[in-house]
Amino acid sequence: MKGKITVNDQVIDWRAGMTVSDVLTVMNYTFKLLVIQIDGRNIKRDDWPTATVPEGADVKVIHLMSGG
Amino acid sequence: MIFARNVPGMTEVLKRATVGIAGCGGLGSNAAMLLTRAGIGRLVLVDFDKVEESNLNRQHFFQSDLGVPKTTALAAHLRAIDPTVRLDLHETMLSRETAAATFAECDILIEAFDRAESKEWLIEAWCANHPDRPIVCASGIGGYGRSEMMTVRRAGNIHMIGDGLSDMMMGLCAARVMLAAALQANKAIELLMQKSGKGG
Repeated sequence: MKGKITVNDQVIDWRAGMTVSDVLTVMNYTFKLLVIQIDGRNIKRDDWPTATVPEGADVKVIHLMSGG
Repeated sequence: MIFARNVPGMTEVLKRATVGIAGCGGLGSNAAMLLTRAGIGRLVLVDFDKVEESNLNRQHFFQSDLGVPKTTALAAHLRAIDPTVRLDLHETMLSRETAAATFAECDILIEAFDRAESKEWLIEAWCANHPDRPIVCASGIGGYGRSEMMTVRRAGNIHMIGDGLSDMMMGLCAARVMLAAALQANKAIELLMQKSGKGG
């Protein structure tokens, strides 16, 4: 998808060099505990500020709630 | 014949499978019970805790288990269902460093922790070490009712059960916790059948 990525099934604008942290800011995801996958590959929390999101990527952001 | 009424072809597949259970509380104890009734061959059970009275509102334990390590008590209940089930018991606190090795022989891992912080590092550790093997997690199982909000979503090798919203601070009700545990067990069975080439 030219110039776009999909985040939790929502299509948003993409820009070159966009990081995982940038995506969280754009989506206004401020919840503390998240798991993030890009095209089925898990991105560790430590890598969020530097991991870039490729154009057309499918990004899944899972919110983790306590209870078990 | 415990498994005479199983879905045809299922018992043979499950008897060859190993499933890890990270945490033997509300999710883990019930998922383990359901997988044992389904005919699972081997379970790797990990929990550091002992059974307390406050566990009995949702976990597969009984008054006679109070004070007993959860892995030990659960093993007795599972063997009372199927004496042939193989059980690896680890009465220990898992960590980011030990999780992958503890479950190294498992086809699938069921994440059954209480705290969201622990869920996060377990998922990270599993995905880093076993990116091609499924992990079946739960998030958002608090409160009661709202069954229609319980979903099964997938992101890569992560299969996530729950409503993604409700927290344990709402309180935990057996019916809703067991609903999530049943969805976890059902997903694990489905994945094992698919892996064998017999599932849809």
